[in-house]
Formats: sequence, C-alpha cells, structure tokens
Amino acid sequence: MVESLVVGRGLSKKFGDFTAVDSIDFQIQAGEAFGFLGPNGAGKSSTMRMIGATSPPTSGHLRVLGMDPMVDGIKIRGRLGVVPQEDNLDRELSVYENLLTYGRYFNMARAEIDRRAAELLEFVQLSERRDSRVDPLSGGMKRRLIIARGLINQPELLILDEPTTGLDPQARHVVWDRLYQLKQEGVTLVITTHYMDEAEQLCDRLVVMDKGRIVAEGSPRSLIERYSTRDVLELRFEADARDQALPVIETVAQRTENLPDKVMVYTDNADEAVIRLSNNGVHPISTLIRRSTLEDVFLRLTGRQLIE
Amino acid sequence: MNTPRSLMVVEAEYRIYRRTWRGTVLTTWLRPILFLVAMGMGLGALIDRNVNQALGEAGYLAFLAPGLMAASAMQTAITEASWPVRTGIKWRKNYWAQISTPLTTNDLLTGLMIWITIRLLFVSTAFAVVIWVFGAGSFGKALMAVPAATLTGMAFASPLAAFAAWVKEDSTMIAMFRFSIIPLFLFSGAFFPIEQLPDFLEPIVVLSPAWHGVDLCRWIILGTPLTLSIWTELGYLAATMAAGWWAAARQLRKRLIV
Amino acid sequence: MSLLLARLFPPQSRPTRRAGRLLQRNLLVYKHIWMVIIAGFCEPVFYLFAVGVGLGSFVGDVTTAGGQTLSYAAFVAPGLLAASAMNGAIVESTFPIFFKLHYNRTYDAVLATPMRVADITVGEILWAQLRAGIYACGFLALMYVTGLTTSPWAPGAALGALLVGFTFSAAGFAAVTFMRTWHDFDMIQLVILPLFLFSGTFYPLSVYPPFLQPIMQISPLYHGTELLRAFTLGQFDWTLAGHAGVLVLMGTVGLFIISRRLVGTLLK
Repeated sequence: MVESLVVGRGLSKKFGDFTAVDSIDFQIQAGEAFGFLGPNGAGKSSTMRMIGATSPPTSGHLRVLGMDPMVDGIKIRGRLGVVPQEDNLDRELSVYENLLTYGRYFNMARAEIDRRAAELLEFVQLSERRDSRVDPLSGGMKRRLIIARGLINQPELLILDEPTTGLDPQARHVVWDRLYQLKQEGVTLVITTHYMDEAEQLCDRLVVMDKGRIVAEGSPRSLIERYSTRDVLELRFEADARDQALPVIETVAQRTENLPDKVMVYTDNADEAVIRLSNNGVHPISTLIRRSTLEDVFLRLTGRQLIE
Repeated sequence: MNTPRSLMVVEAEYRIYRRTWRGTVLTTWLRPILFLVAMGMGLGALIDRNVNQALGEAGYLAFLAPGLMAASAMQTAITEASWPVRTGIKWRKNYWAQISTPLTTNDLLTGLMIWITIRLLFVSTAFAVVIWVFGAGSFGKALMAVPAATLTGMAFASPLAAFAAWVKEDSTMIAMFRFSIIPLFLFSGAFFPIEQLPDFLEPIVVLSPAWHGVDLCRWIILGTPLTLSIWTELGYLAATMAAGWWAAARQLRKRLIV
Repeated sequence: MSLLLARLFPPQSRPTRRAGRLLQRNLLVYKHIWMVIIAGFCEPVFYLFAVGVGLGSFVGDVTTAGGQTLSYAAFVAPGLLAASAMNGAIVESTFPIFFKLHYNRTYDAVLATPMRVADITVGEILWAQLRAGIYACGFLALMYVTGLTTSPWAPGAALGALLVGFTFSAAGFAAVTFMRTWHDFDMIQLVILPLFLFSGTFYPLSVYPPFLQPIMQISPLYHGTELLRAFTLGQFDWTLAGHAGVLVLMGTVGLFIISRRLVGTLLK
C-alpha cells in the first residue's frame, strides 16, 4: 500500500466573505511530484500555506505526514521544506548565513549545517557566491538559494509555491533541472504553478484548480487524453473571414474554441483537417499544428486561459 | 540536546548584530555622554545659579543622570522592539520565513524579548559607567540601577512590539514616534520633577512606566525617597510588560497565521 | 563656459515644472496626512511645554548674546522651532525616501516617464517644505497667544524655519543616497543628536568656555537657531545674512549631491 503524505478532504479556507479554497479533496503520495495547476487567485497558495502548517483551515480535514497541522504544526514544519512564492531571504545576511540561521531554526548542529550548506550550494550552483550578500543576486540565483534553504533540514516533503514565476526562460530551466534531480532522489515535491509547461515537465500527477475548486485530477498525459484531442490547430484569420469560416471548421473538428485572436481546432488528426479545410475553401492567414497541452485541458474545463 | 526554539531567534538576531554593532556601540556610549554634557553640565550651569530644593542638594547633573538612565533604556527598547517587528512582517519578511520552520510566533516574540533584554542590560551598564565617570553617582549604586532601567525598557518593549505588529502603514509608525515617544521622554520626570506640571497632568504622567523607572533609578543612585512603595513600582512595570507581551503575542498570531 | 555648466548640471539634474507631479503623488499617498501633520505640530509644542514650563522656573531669566534679558521659555521657543524643523526634515527625508529607493522602487517607475531625476529631488523637498511651513505657522501662532513673542517680525521666523527645513531635507536626502541598510540610520542619529544638543537651543553659547564656542558655530542648526531667535526677539544685525547664507549654501550643496548621486543610482 502506498503511504499518503498529505490528505485533504473537504478542505476550505475563507478570508471574511471571500472563499479562497472551496472544499477540495486530494491525496499526495510519498515520492511523487504533485502539482496544483491554476491561474492566479485559484486558491493554490492558500492551500500550500495550510499544508505548510502556517495557515489554519476554515473547515474540512487535513493530515500532513499523518498529523493534524493545527495540533502538531511544529513537528510537521520540522519535516517540511518550504519555498515561498515571495522572496523572503534575509537581506541582512550573506548567502551562507541565510542557510546557517535557517538551519538553526530546525535545531540542527552547526557542523551538520556547514556540511549540508556546502552540499546544497554546490547543488544549486551558488558555491562561488557563498559569502555574497543576498541583494546583488539575480532573480534566478535568489530562487535557487530559497530552494537550497528549503532543503537544509532534509525534508521529507518539499513545498514549492510558483517556483519559477518571474524568472527568465534560462533561469527557469536551471530550476527545473534541479527539481527534476530532487525528484530522482526520491524527495516528494508539491508544486503550484500557473505555467502548463512547468506542470507537464515536473508533475507526475496534478489537480487543476479554478476559483478555489478542483476541476480535474490525473497525470498530465491522462488529463490531456481525457479532456482534449491529440492535436490542435491554431488558425488566425483576417477580421471578416473568420465568421464565414467557422461553420466549415466545425465540420472537421471534434471541438472548437473561438478565442479573441485565434480559433483553436481540436482534432485527432491535424494534417487531415488542414487538407479538408483547404478543400472547402478555408484559407487562414496562419496555421499552426501542435500537440494538446494542459493549457487546452484548462480551457476546456473552465472556458478560460491559464494566463490572462 | 534540544535548545529552546526562542534561543534560535536570539542567535539569529546576534548574527545580524555582529554585522551592525559598530553603529550601535557608538550611540550606546555617545548618547549618555552628549546628554549629560549638554543638559547636565550646560543647562545645569544655568540652573545651579539658583538654589532649587526640588532638585535636591547635589546639583542638576546628579538629578538628571539617574532619570536619564531609565529614559534612555526606554528609548532603546522602543527602537529595538518596533522596527524589527515592522520590517520582519513587511520589509525584510524574515518572520514569514521563520514561521515556516518549527518556530512559532511565540518563539519569535520570546526570542525578540530576550534579545532586547540583553541589549538593555548592555546599554544601561554603559550608562552606569558614564554616570560614574561624570561623578554623578557611585559606580556601585549606578550598577545596582541597571536591572531597574532594564525593567523600565522591557515595560515599553512588549507594548511597542504589539503596536508594530498591528500597524499597517509606515507613516503611522513615524507619527507615533513623534507623537508619543517624545512626550514620554520629556515628561518622564527625568528632566524635572513632575510636580512642576499642571495638576491635571500629573496623574497622566504617573501612568507612564517611564516615570516609575525614573523614580526607581533616582532612588537607587541619588537616594531620593520613592514616591510609591517599591513593590508598587516594580509591580507596575512588570504588569505593563506582561500586558504588552500578551497583546504582542495575539497581534503577531493575527498578522502571521492567516 | 556653457559647456562646463552642461557638464556640471546635465539635463537630468535640472528640474522642470513636473516636480509638482511628485508633490501630487505624495499628497495622494499620504492618507494619514492629518496624523503626520498633528504629530509634526505637537513635537515642538511638547518640547516647549516641557522645557519652558517644567524647567523654566529652575532656570529663571536668561541673557542673550545681544544683552537682552528674557524668560527661559521665550528664549528657548525659537530654538525649539528650529530644532523641530531640523528633526522633521530629517525624519521625513530619510526613512520614507530610503524605502522608496530600495524597497518600493517608486522612483524607478517615476523615471520611466518624462520625469527627470531633478524633478524627484525638487518634488520631495517641496513636499517636506509644505509640511514644515504648516508646523512653523502653528508654533508661531502659539507663541503669540502665550506671549512668548511680541515682535512684529515674528512671522519672518516661519520663513527661517522653512530655510532650516530646506537645508536639512537636502542634507538628509543626500545622506540617504549613500546608505545601504537601515542600520546606517544610527549614523544619522549620531549627527543629529549633537546638533540638537549643542546648537544654542537650550542655552546661550556663552555657557561654554570661550575656546569651545567657535566649534559650536560649525553647527548649521546653530545658524538656524540664531536666525529664528532674531525674528522672534525683533533684534537684527548684519550677522543674520551670514547665518542665512550658511544654510542656503549647505542646502544647495545637498541638492547638488542628490542630483549627482541619484542619476548614478537610478539611471545606471
């Protein structure tokens, strides 16, 4: 039997009249990379903070590492690593001192922290910046340092809230690479993101969240299979040509999405659809053929795009 | 061995202090020296031209020094308690990082209070040395006043931590400093006996822990009679500290555990 | 010559009328402006009350350098007005500007528009002046009501307080451009406290031994105090031009440093 590290049932979080998280159910297994995918404001960060035992649930059942976060918050936090969305590194301290003070909060011995900090700085490629202050570090370096900080206590569960938001593409790939390696080492990862590529890259299993609710659950592959077609055609038209083309498009597609800037055509065989459209006199100004992604799943489930 | 978690917070404060101690050491020593030279000796020269029974026989410097020791402890405590809490929540955000570890908001508060106590003991001891050097009191008596000054500071530290945890805007902090800290300092009884004030103000001044601290320090160093019993004075300071502590614990939980 | 001027004062260091926009921004942002203003007005009043009423009877009468004998409260009041103008200027030009520079990055956004660096400098200083002017008028009104001044020249002290405010806003802002962490604020305290205590605010310079007196005259606040006291006592002589000159010079040097430093920090 697989052990569940985190179990949420009917979990809700309200701030006054506003419901941030609305009765969600999920289970996170040991060793997996579990994702919460959804747009900003979907309730992901609130969920993460409840799992991190720093935010009391308004109602519902939550168990982290088999314990109740409101009763055993201290014990739970001792076995978690947290990488918050917002940079809260201590800018009064150097890179190494950030790891040192943080490690001390876990009551780790100084020698052990030193050994671990050297390893981690190597791991996040910051060894050369060991004695630098935090402020001059680039955004990507800061994020890597926060990840190293979250790993100082060898956590059983690493919680990452939007780990690559605000980073440039190159810096994102470095972070993904490090997280992938952690996953290989068997660290359980919980990740929130509003980037579908990040979710596809990193997550074994994920839930799609929207407006505080979970709207779908599964592996990236299975979600795409269940909620989308194999291929997607993205067609762009001259302003007036689109309305004439739409009825024709619908005959070749399993489903279409009419977005402000383009028409998405969902089909299992895009090449064939392109030929059929052309034969029926539909000539878009641009045609793009691609595989379905989680973005399409989200669009299907909510009628909206992830990044608005 | 398991170290209490709040000591980890003290350790973190100390680590930052190691980077920044130069500035504070200068202020620790210079503040009492400058005040005693300017007010005790400079203004004292004008005051001591006349005979002033209300200020005692020993001259204005000797009257001022013990009261200023308590008032300085108050000022140190106020700065050390308010800005770190404010920046911990709002600017440096280190409180958010700390509560995602096994530390609780109570650990943060206890750690901060221990740290401020250490700072106050240090600042007050420096003041005692300056008093002795200026000949404003014996070294032994000045040292004996250190715990009293420290307690005075603590009676301000915890309420100010509560205030800083509650505050939403920096401008409120700055206004508070000018609006309440300066009167507390001026009307603490350090500079003149509060009998000088209009009658309706006296009971208000007595509410300020600073006045009790000034009274205690002057009793210890100068030997002037205590206005109230020693247990009332100590009890009042301790009670203010406890009430502030309770409010700060509550306020920190409210701000950070959401 | 014009080339030299252009080098000394590049376009970014020359303010335009847009400086007023920053003033508007500050007015908009300060929702608790009334609290700040009440606090700024109360501070010198508290000091006056404490020193004038509390200590006044112990000190008795004071003789000024000009040979005039007056009550201690009347002596100390203009000094407190000057000291308070300095304190207010320093408090308001250091903490908020430091945060805007390093944490909020307000100025980065401002400079993405046609606003110039010098517009920021001038806007911030005008903002400080606006408040300093309100405090000074309030305090002078109080002095009239309580009979601490009877001189018809006393309103001139408000202008003097503005000058002191200008000098120290510029100096404080200039200092902030060199500061890295908020611990550097200790250093500002280290400068402000001796100025506050040794600028002839609380007693005439003649209390000190003669060899110390020229040293005290280095303090810019001393010049401010003398200037304001001349107005509230209605006693003028040619040294006033010197006092005012020192303040103007120091403020201008501050402005110059700010524009150079800010161009370096914000437009790198």
